[in-house]
Amino acid sequence: MEIIEILFTASFWAAAIRIASPLIFATLGELICERAGVLNLGIEGIMVAGAFAGWMAVYSGTGLWVGVGVAMLVGMAFGALHSTLTVPFGLSQHVVGLGVTLLATSSTYYAYRLALPEVTSPPKIEAFQPFEIPILSDIPVLGQALFAQTPFTYLAFVLVAVVAVVLYRTPLGLAVRAAGENPNAVAAQGLSVTAIRMGAVIVGSGFMAMGGAFLTMSAFDSFFFGMVNGRGWICIALVVFGSWKPGKALLGAVLFAAFDALQIRVQQTSFGAQIPYQIFLMMPYFLSILALVVMSRRAEVPAALMVPFNKGER
Amino acid sequence: MRLEPIKNPSLARSFVPPLIALTATVVIASLLAMVAGANPFSVFGLILKGAFGSKFSILETLNRATPLIFTGLAAAVAFRAKFWNIGAEAQLYAGALMTVVLGTGMLAWPSFAILPVLALMAILAGAIMLLVPALLKTRFGVDEVVTTLLFNFIFLLFISMLLEGPLKDPMGMGWPKSARLIPEARLPRIVDGLRLHWGFALALLSAIGIWIIQTRSTLGYEMRAVGLNKQAAAFAGIPVNTVLVKTALLSGGLAALAGFSEVAGLKGSLTLDLSPGFGYTGIIVAMLALLHPLGVIVAALFVAGIFVGADSMSRAADVPTYLADIMLATALLLMVLAIMLTRFRVVRD
Amino acid sequence: MATTKVEALSLNAITKTFGELTANDAVSFSVHQGEVVALLGENGAGKTTLMNILFGQYTADSGSVAVFGQTLPPGNSREALNAGVGMVHQHFTLADNLTVQENITLGSRPLLSPRLGRSAARAKIIALSERFHLAVSPDARVGSLTVGERQRVEILKALYRDVRVLILDEPTAVLTPQETDDLFATLRLAIADGLSIIFISHKLHEVMAIADRVVVLRHGKVTGGARTQDTDTKALAAMMMGVEAVPPQVAPANPGAALMELQGVSTPDVGNAPGLRDVTLALRAGQIIGLAGVSGNGQAALADVVGGLRAAAAGQVVLNGAPVQSWSPRTAVRSGIARIPEDRHKTGTIGDFDLTENAILERYKTAEFSTAGWLNWRKSRDFAEGIISKYDVRCPGADTPIRLLSGGNMQKLILGRVLEAGPQIILANQPVRGLDIGAVNYVHSQLLAARDRGAAVLLISEDLDEVMALSDVIHVIADGRLSPGFERGSMTPAQLGVWMAGQGFDKEMAHAS
Repeated sequence: MEIIEILFTASFWAAAIRIASPLIFATLGELICERAGVLNLGIEGIMVAGAFAGWMAVYSGTGLWVGVGVAMLVGMAFGALHSTLTVPFGLSQHVVGLGVTLLATSSTYYAYRLALPEVTSPPKIEAFQPFEIPILSDIPVLGQALFAQTPFTYLAFVLVAVVAVVLYRTPLGLAVRAAGENPNAVAAQGLSVTAIRMGAVIVGSGFMAMGGAFLTMSAFDSFFFGMVNGRGWICIALVVFGSWKPGKALLGAVLFAAFDALQIRVQQTSFGAQIPYQIFLMMPYFLSILALVVMSRRAEVPAALMVPFNKGER
Repeated sequence: MRLEPIKNPSLARSFVPPLIALTATVVIASLLAMVAGANPFSVFGLILKGAFGSKFSILETLNRATPLIFTGLAAAVAFRAKFWNIGAEAQLYAGALMTVVLGTGMLAWPSFAILPVLALMAILAGAIMLLVPALLKTRFGVDEVVTTLLFNFIFLLFISMLLEGPLKDPMGMGWPKSARLIPEARLPRIVDGLRLHWGFALALLSAIGIWIIQTRSTLGYEMRAVGLNKQAAAFAGIPVNTVLVKTALLSGGLAALAGFSEVAGLKGSLTLDLSPGFGYTGIIVAMLALLHPLGVIVAALFVAGIFVGADSMSRAADVPTYLADIMLATALLLMVLAIMLTRFRVVRD
Repeated sequence: MATTKVEALSLNAITKTFGELTANDAVSFSVHQGEVVALLGENGAGKTTLMNILFGQYTADSGSVAVFGQTLPPGNSREALNAGVGMVHQHFTLADNLTVQENITLGSRPLLSPRLGRSAARAKIIALSERFHLAVSPDARVGSLTVGERQRVEILKALYRDVRVLILDEPTAVLTPQETDDLFATLRLAIADGLSIIFISHKLHEVMAIADRVVVLRHGKVTGGARTQDTDTKALAAMMMGVEAVPPQVAPANPGAALMELQGVSTPDVGNAPGLRDVTLALRAGQIIGLAGVSGNGQAALADVVGGLRAAAAGQVVLNGAPVQSWSPRTAVRSGIARIPEDRHKTGTIGDFDLTENAILERYKTAEFSTAGWLNWRKSRDFAEGIISKYDVRCPGADTPIRLLSGGNMQKLILGRVLEAGPQIILANQPVRGLDIGAVNYVHSQLLAARDRGAAVLLISEDLDEVMALSDVIHVIADGRLSPGFERGSMTPAQLGVWMAGQGFDKEMAHAS
């Protein structure tokens, strides 16, 4: 019964939305890459780099939004590396992605150790604060859940709409969707598959880094090792779950986060106390695998995903 | 630009790009060392000295290379068949778990009896660990990259749960740590007085065994065929899914041997920090070895040397040890590029 | 047809090399406004490379392309498109997940413009499709269209971009004779408006029907040309191949018992590809059965069933009088079926395997080549070397990766691999596609020799001429249904075309009821 009650509290849904926010950014980023035909396994490392870059920028005195911009730029730089190797050179997207994750993670930790050599407990920053949207936040339950979040969370939701509109309502989005389905169609219309795919990976990687930055700038307020903790891999599952559609991916991320928020609360109930906490922590990963199993059969995978394109070769 | 296959690459074509890749890696690492305020020459000197400068450091490198040979083989075998097993970390822990479950008193047999049983049971545990993602791939078409990655997180939590529960050592003073193996279940040292255990020899034997399987057996032939051209393999009558499952079992078993060898040869008990990412590093080892089983030995020694050397360098020169990871990631990325350039030339359209 | 003498397109001394291969060697020719020029040449003659240069996909080493007097910047498809060059590729360049309208408008606006301008685009597409009789709904998803409809989309794509010079690469390969007539009707409307066309085809009677002039390309060079009114198909064939085409001399068949029978076999559709619908077919000893049809009408399903890759969902497969139980490629090979796959690169061979490894691909598990899971490389190599000498496979040695071989030599290795065991049933799926004339003759003679020694041969080909020349009995496949068998010489191409369009079946049904 406790569990049912939890589902009707504003604080529960507020937590779900907060947990969902970084996932939304990173899932959108991966979605853009995959729509253009590139699997970006650099996501996990790029989130680590973004988390550090945004936090470090703010820690060194820049404004919060500048920090977000710095994180995005760092993510885009890794995206440029990934896409250079996988698009014009057509290298294995699996190997390059894992390599980028490793490179981004290790260089982030290296930079962190250089920047703060003596620190044992990482310092906190003055992070994004909740902003109650007038009127809307007064709606019972829903208002406090949805409209009393930090501006960074609002940005996540705005971004979903922006990505959806660009993808389905502009020439650019059309080209991206075509590039992931049949790059020859793009080349035959005089467009550069290489430019479109690289652009998608670079922008997508920027979004992934913003997802990482959310962790340090709107959730934990500081940077520590292992903080991304597989969220990137979960986002890859969320892209599949969302059938490569921004709206469905958003829904998937929120559902997933709601489940995560629920397990945290159930842990604290008398029932949850009898179960080892690790069982609860495993749940998100099991849920991701389950989502993959359920969706893998029916999802419409972009036909040219992971297929390199070499001009003039048919 | 466009890539054009080279039909008969010259000798220079085959060697120059990889050499440039290695040089570039060293240059990048030097620049990073300079950012940390260190002299790159002394940094590399310290790494070399730390890895191979004394009998102690060489043994340390060989010990560190042992699990990497196993996980490197696990990746090399799987990647050959284009089965992307990124879950060697979980399989390693599965092997380690099986070793401590059976080896801490449940089986009280003499060494010659218990050690082979422990090794085989560890292999079995690792194989089963990878069977699930393999079946999800062959039955439901679920990408194994993500499932094997996610299982790493799940299984580590599972180990943590056991170490805080049923497997917790009552003598462990509250630490999440298993009981110690009985003395009979410990892998002996190869030479008395030298800190190097039989796990290393087992690793070398495994590499040779895998090499023979790949080049001489029908299974090896099938695995290579499936990896190179799944469609043609299926047309010819090779049961692709069965081969993938067999590959997964072999790969998982090899990774699990790393866990067995670490517990039985080095640590004696299971803790949550048994592996500092040996499973992931094995992927780099395999790629640097161009997926060749004997190359895995060389690559593992190289990678282990960098890690061991970087540890001691870090203490002496005050450069973070993560420099080693950066070097390996850079080497990996540049190496795959270089290997491609040995077979293709970049031309303008 | 060429009423005006305005030069719409001129190619000036185009040269392009790939490594040591000279794909185009100082190729020059021009096309006038409203003129149709057919580009003829065997596979590998350099047609595709030339068209890719013209369309800006490749950059020529030297030479230039001019459209209405304006020289095009090299290697820039966008400029070629803007200048009015359009191209319909043999393999359609359409994205299945997009609608017809999205495919047509893709790339027509600057990428960064904020809107798609959908209503104006829609009006233009509808106007064009009405004017040129290209019926297709702008809102349909391309993935759900038939092959004929997809081609209409491709042509609309070009017309939408105000094409003035249209390149058509093998446009009729996927059409029935009747659909081809419709295509030609559309093209004539556009030609009357001043469109110039470069028409690439192997089908000489079509070339005679639509083209004003022919340019022949051989080994990368222009080796001849003629006005169609001054020539005939026989002369064209000779020009194209450099030798007179010799139709194979086929002795009368002497058919024996049915070695393999499909009895009422049906298989489910796979995506857009139709499965089989109640197909009954007997393969007899000493007989070549030819399967004619437009590609994508169930040939793949039939080949898969015969070759052991697909099981019958309904009906049964009977081998030597006994229904087969478990049906797999391996059982098919063991039952003595030789399988020559449709695509030798993708399914017939493993490019990075050497010739030895490819030679044993179907039978590495037999006692001949392995014992208890261990391969016998010496015997395998002997086997490969036997094939190399007996079937005249030109290669540096049995340890050469097969990807380095030419298509013809690759096909010879496959022939050797499947014929060495003296099979009773031979499935030849597009056995000569992409081969030069010498290799074609070799493959055909091997198939005829196998027939004459008593094997049953099933020849699947999209080339109606090939089917008619070799087959003792012809079946037509259309939308997964199989026509009755027609004896050699009993049908004209036009009559077969009716069946290929799926129309004969209805009459047959009417008769039955």
